[in-house]
Amino acid sequence: MYARYGSLVVLAAAALALSAFGTSGQEAERKGIPAPPGHVFKTIISGYEFRSKETRALQDDDLENPGFLAIERAADVWKTAEGSEGKSCMSCHGEAETSMKGVGAAMPKWSERLDKPVNLEQQINICRTEHMKAEPWAFKSQQLTDMTAFVRYQSRGMPVTVKIDGPMSPWFEKGKQIYYTRVGQLDLACASCHEQNNGKFLRADFLSQGQSNGFPTYRLRDQRLIPLHERFEGCMFDVRAVPYTPLSDEFLALELYVAWRGIGLPVETPSVRN
Amino acid sequence: MGAINRRQAFLLGGGFVALTMMPMAANAEPSNDAAELIKKFTGGKEAASGKISLDLPEIAENGNTVPLSLVVDSPMTADNYVKEVLFVADGNPNGGVATLMFSPLSGKAEASIRIRLAQTQNVIAVAKMSDGSLFTERKTVKVTIGGCGG
Amino acid sequence: MADRPRIKLPKEAKQGEIIQVKTLVSHLMESGQRKDAQGKTIPRKIINKFTCEFNGKPVFACALEPAISANPYIQFDARVDEAGTFKFAWTDDDGTVITAEEKITLKA
Repeated sequence: MYARYGSLVVLAAAALALSAFGTSGQEAERKGIPAPPGHVFKTIISGYEFRSKETRALQDDDLENPGFLAIERAADVWKTAEGSEGKSCMSCHGEAETSMKGVGAAMPKWSERLDKPVNLEQQINICRTEHMKAEPWAFKSQQLTDMTAFVRYQSRGMPVTVKIDGPMSPWFEKGKQIYYTRVGQLDLACASCHEQNNGKFLRADFLSQGQSNGFPTYRLRDQRLIPLHERFEGCMFDVRAVPYTPLSDEFLALELYVAWRGIGLPVETPSVRN
Repeated sequence: MGAINRRQAFLLGGGFVALTMMPMAANAEPSNDAAELIKKFTGGKEAASGKISLDLPEIAENGNTVPLSLVVDSPMTADNYVKEVLFVADGNPNGGVATLMFSPLSGKAEASIRIRLAQTQNVIAVAKMSDGSLFTERKTVKVTIGGCGG
Repeated sequence: MADRPRIKLPKEAKQGEIIQVKTLVSHLMESGQRKDAQGKTIPRKIINKFTCEFNGKPVFACALEPAISANPYIQFDARVDEAGTFKFAWTDDDGTVITAEEKITLKA
């Protein structure tokens, strides 16, 4: 009888410890930007603000940030000719610092020719196959992730600006529908965690708003840069759903929608996350 | 037992999560060769506390990449400097983490590295000075496993 | 694919000044604990040693174990008594050595 109360006291102390931890450090004073009217959030907050101070310190210093190993690799590849046309990225685009400035911040963007949105990974492969006549890089390959990060890095600090009107509109709606649809054995939608429970713990995970402004991001867990669709895949795996395929229409639509949820946030690529 | 009320259910739920974060392993006996590695390094001599400032997060964001910083109080002159510092982790598959070798040319006995911790455990530093004296410091790092993102 | 180590230290220092050196190198640091899809253990392959010399004299070194994270980050200090060259070396289990150098001058 008394043993039961004893264990409740231990658990109560533990629960207090948990709630104390949950509100310490990362509380309501999280920095964000005011959302535009009609937006789902009042304040849009980058994933940076949800991570520990040690993790933020890793991102704050370009030498300490492991993502920069990828940036350096891709900077070399940018200048290297490949494919039967004998061209490098530089042959058409010149210095990435100039030509790619702002490009990553506006992705995905509408492609008249393909009649659908196109993201950075896809655009890089379009350039490779059509203009360089080189082999496309596989999704999740180090080369493709490196180059995606390198191009997006040229927009670092610039606000995410993605167009959701005109031909993008049905893709935006599709992305929104995916975001709010519960899936998987665990029956959770993106919104379940990232909209309804950000700033709280899901078991041992501290939930952010699920923004994409830092992608590709260096995940401490994987010790490498992770592209956005791989993270989408991972989240779907985690709720025990069958994930959509990276670079599929579904993930393109979701990428567009999620970019809008983070509109105005500064691009942080290469960011550091858990 | 009967139905538990909402208050009890909340405490049970919250408590369970907290328990996974409590440093249970830290109070348990070390599960690897950490103690032997320390013995080999010290030659069995006692290490005093003090002089070492070991900086590690209280709770690791992720056990695969845990930043560690060390400062050892020493003038770092030719006849009084920190020679070596051993790091071990007592809950990893293997206890060894790194051995740092300083010299008077280091100027300061300071260093930072990033380590992998498989679970909540102690990280122990042992410093060997040029005069043979030994100092030690330890920190417990809570490592949470599972959740959703990994 | 050039995988150059990343190194940060000041270009110049006052004589006797203690500077901070930051290094980062790309390496999987395969621990030897992981198993592949078939259940076979992936063999260990890590950088097991790092050394830093200045004008031929040892400044700082470390022996690394699999418990060091991938893309090893090593930060340490160095006292600059004269102008010269820092030489860095990272040794892989398989014997290959990655090297780099950085020069430093004395402030007037």
